[in-house]
Order: sequence, then structure tokens, then C-alpha cells
Amino acid sequence: MTTGTRRPRGPATGRPGAVWALPGALFFALFAVVPMVLVAYLSFTDWDGLATPAPTGLDNWTRLVADPVMRQAVVLSLALTAATWAVQTPIALLLGVWAAGPQRNRAVLSAVFFFPLLLSSAAIAVLWKSLLDPNFGPVARISDALGMGSGNILGTSTGAFTAVVFVSAWQFIPLHALLYQGGARQIPAVLYQAAEVDGAGRLLRFRHITLPQLRATITTSSVLMVVGALTYFDTVLILTQGGPGTDTTIVPYLMFWTGFRGYELGYASAIAFTLVVVATTASLLMVRLTGFGAMRSTREGM
Amino acid sequence: MNRSSAPPAPRRARANPLAGLGAALWLLVVAVPLYAMLVATLRSRPEYAQANPLTPPTRPTVDNYVRAIENGFLGFVLNTVLITAGVVVLVVFLSATVGYALVRSRTRFSSGVFRLFLLGLAIPAQAVIIPVLLIINQLGLNDTLLAVILPTAAFALPVCVLILTGSMRDISEELYEAMALDGAGQLRAFVQLVLPLSRSGLATVAVYAALQAWNGFLFPLILITSPEKRPITLGLYEFQGQYGTDIPGLLSAVVLSAIPILLLYLVARRSLVNGLMGVGGK
Repeated sequence: MTTGTRRPRGPATGRPGAVWALPGALFFALFAVVPMVLVAYLSFTDWDGLATPAPTGLDNWTRLVADPVMRQAVVLSLALTAATWAVQTPIALLLGVWAAGPQRNRAVLSAVFFFPLLLSSAAIAVLWKSLLDPNFGPVARISDALGMGSGNILGTSTGAFTAVVFVSAWQFIPLHALLYQGGARQIPAVLYQAAEVDGAGRLLRFRHITLPQLRATITTSSVLMVVGALTYFDTVLILTQGGPGTDTTIVPYLMFWTGFRGYELGYASAIAFTLVVVATTASLLMVRLTGFGAMRSTREGM
Repeated sequence: MNRSSAPPAPRRARANPLAGLGAALWLLVVAVPLYAMLVATLRSRPEYAQANPLTPPTRPTVDNYVRAIENGFLGFVLNTVLITAGVVVLVVFLSATVGYALVRSRTRFSSGVFRLFLLGLAIPAQAVIIPVLLIINQLGLNDTLLAVILPTAAFALPVCVLILTGSMRDISEELYEAMALDGAGQLRAFVQLVLPLSRSGLATVAVYAALQAWNGFLFPLILITSPEKRPITLGLYEFQGQYGTDIPGLLSAVVLSAIPILLLYLVARRSLVNGLMGVGGK
């Protein structure tokens, strides 16, 4: 910010008016802000997607509170979020810090680690659905050949849940490792040199220099993971279709299923609004805790 | 962001065997599935049904790729390219003008807009897809590529505005003054000063928007109904349903879908990485 106290002068040096921000603001409002208001309104209506939404008062909300599938979906979403964080954070952090080292082989390997990022989440879900296919997939055939049973991983509820956690880890760990790599490269080398002079071992240096210095990155990455896991959808739709039964039906998938397969768009809006509230709370926390300045600084030096 | 980072001084000369082992393990987790995928796409279907999934193919064939293309894959690519182009143009234009106003204007309105976009970071597409469908229907855009382009661009905007305000803030006041002494108005300052000097930010924004469009799944799933208007992601999903047992053909389509991004990776690695950083958890 170099412009702090300067006052606007004549029209020639005048600052751009609000009109410059108007197209973008209006456009964003139409497709993101207005829908937020509309989804709240629709949650108090009965709507099949064709007729005019008919107001029904609190019906959807009383139903939502009592719905056992919604309850299960909330628990599953929370479990998925917790498992996502617990699996991805340690691996991404260690890989990122490791890849930030100056060695040549590390740079080569991290280029390979990067590959899953080139695939869309739909492509990754189709890939893993094929690999895990109980009849034709390599995983089932290898486990068959090793005499470990049919290997129908997606057919059991723990297997399907684990598969979702694993596939999302496979997809997103490279991204978070990149964040940590960027963060680790920002740590001043002097800190390590000083610690070495003091005779601190590798573990101590990691514990007392690397981890505290990565605090902002850990926050950013964690909240991205949490919000990402709460809104996880593509993979569940393609990989498990919420099954077996409803055992991987997380909240966004339940919203999709209710709204676009059952055509109960009013009730689905109530589910969606719950999602808005949870995700917004999590993201506001993100802005509070890290500020977007921290988000930018993790990109520096990439 | 545009700091040409000095390489960190080599600090840990000693090898770290444990970390090396962990990295090698992760390498296996990443590489083996990708390898199994490539091998499967190069086998004929009868061979795939019998062969060990991890041995190289005895008689490599491109039949599976041909079949994926015959099933309409190139049409999906064309739709995705059109959607991506539309999203990139919209997002670059809108985020550049908004960014300029946010960085240079001192009005209450512009700080309100900034807060609007900060808050917008939090809105997940899944949560508003139902009203977006309603709005698209009201606009009469149902089942058109524009129906996908508009909301995809809108949801890419907050991150892009933040990236651009970041790089536009680095332009110094003296340069604006020099432009003003030249008698340049705001439009000329924008075109001749702001746009050229925020090139790297604009590249990141374009790549980020392109990735969002390229990988977008939910908006096309809900807003596109005609098979011939499907983008790649939706096409893969439909293939999965129709040809679920033809795993070599299905995986060939997956490989084909990655090629354009792979090319982008080879020519513009830095912009791609920066764009991906913006993608965050999505």
C-alpha cells in the first residue's frame, strides 16, 4: 500500500469510481448472493422443480430435525471431515517439508507426486471405481490371486467409507504437500543453523522450528481440508453413490439425492441451507484465523 | 508472489533415510495406480480379462483409445473447451475491473464489495445449486453451455479478485502519477499500466478459472441435460454408467482427459501451480 494518505486530486488523476466494481459485483451477487437468500426461502416451501414453490412453513425443518438419514449424513460428514484431516495433514506436512529440501532427487520425486493434480475429481473417481471394481478391477484380482477373498471393498460400509477417505487423500495430499513445501521454503535457514550450533537433533529442530514456523500454513491447509470435506460430492456420487445403502450418504450427497433424484427441492433446500451455515462458519473462521494475507504468503516462493 | 525466490541455502547435508523411505512409500501409492491405469489402456479387452494387472502388455494396442473417441469423447472435449474459454474471458474481465476498483478507489462501496467477495469465498456451490437452477430456468438458459459458464465464472470470482488485488497493490503510486501527467484517463491507466503490470496475477487468475471450468462437475450435472452438450467430466461419469465393464476403454477416456492439463503443466508450470494453490480444497 503506497497510497495511504494521498487525497484524490483533479479529475485526471482521480481514482476509478464504483462503476468499475459494479459489473463484477452484480454478476457475483446474481449467481452467489441471491441464491443464498433464495435457498433460505425455498427451505420453507414445497417445490418439485416445475410448479411454483408452495410455502409450507416449518414443515421441511421439523422433518429435517427428525430425519434419521439426515442425522446419519451429519455424523458421516463429520466423520469424513475428521478422517480427512487426520489422514491428510501428517502425510502432506511431512511430504511438503521433505520436498522443500534442496536435494535434486527430492525435486524429481515431487514432480511425480504432483501427477494426481492433473486429473479432475470426476476422472479420479472413475479411475478408482475401475481399479476397485469387484469383478474386473485390478485390486480385486490381485487380492483374489493372493487368496484374500473377493475384494469387494465398495460393497461393505467400512470399506466404502475407507475408500472415500483414501481416494480423497490420493487426490488432495499433493495439493496440501505443495502448500507445506511453499511454507517450509519460507523458514529462514539461520534458524536451523543456530539450532545445529546448539546441538539440536533432527527431531528437536522439526518440533521446535519447523512446526511453529508452519503454523499459518497448517491453519490454511486445515481449513481448506475441512471446508473441502464438508462439501465433498463428486467422488461420493461416482465411487459409492452414497452406498452401500446410505452408509456413505454425506450431507451434500443427501441434498443432491433428495433434490435431483427425489425432486423434493424444498426439503433439499433445507439440507443445503444447513450446509451453507456450517461451511460459512468454517470459512469465516478461516478468514479470522489466517486472514487472506496468510493465504497469499503460503503461495510465495513457489 | 512475484518474488524470484533465492534457493534456500543447503542446510541439511546429511541424508534422512526414514523420510526417504516414507517418500518412497508415497511414490508407490501415487505411481502404482497410475501405472496400472496406463497398462490397462494398452491391452486388448480379452487380454485385460486374463493378464496380471501389473505386468506390461504383451501386444500393446491403441484400440481402447479409438473406442473412447468413437463413443463421443471429442465432443465432450469441444464442450469443455468452449465452457473453459467462456469462463476465462468472463473471469479475467470481471476480476480485473473489480480488482482495479478495489485497489484504487477509496469509496465505502468498494470496501463493501471487497467484503462481499471475502464472504463469497465461503459459499459452497453445492449449497446454492438449487436456486442457481431456478435462476438459470428463469433466464431461459436451461441446457445451454452458457448455463454452466455463468455460475462457474461467478464461483471462481472471489479467489480471482483476491489474487488480483494482491498483485495490483504492488503497482506504485508514482506510475499512476506519471500516467496522469501524460493526461491519461482511468481507462488508459487501466489498459496501459494496470493490466501489463499485473500480468503474472492475470495469468494465475486465467489458469485458476480454466481449472475450475475444466474440472467442474456439479453445475453441468444439474444444468445440462442433452448428451451432446456434456463436458468431459460429465462424459466420464456417463461412460462409467454405460460402459462400466469396459475398464480399458473407460480408463483410456480418463487418460485422454488429463492430456490438456498435462500440456499446460509442461508449458506453464509456474502459473499452473499458482492457479492450483488458489483451487484450495476443491
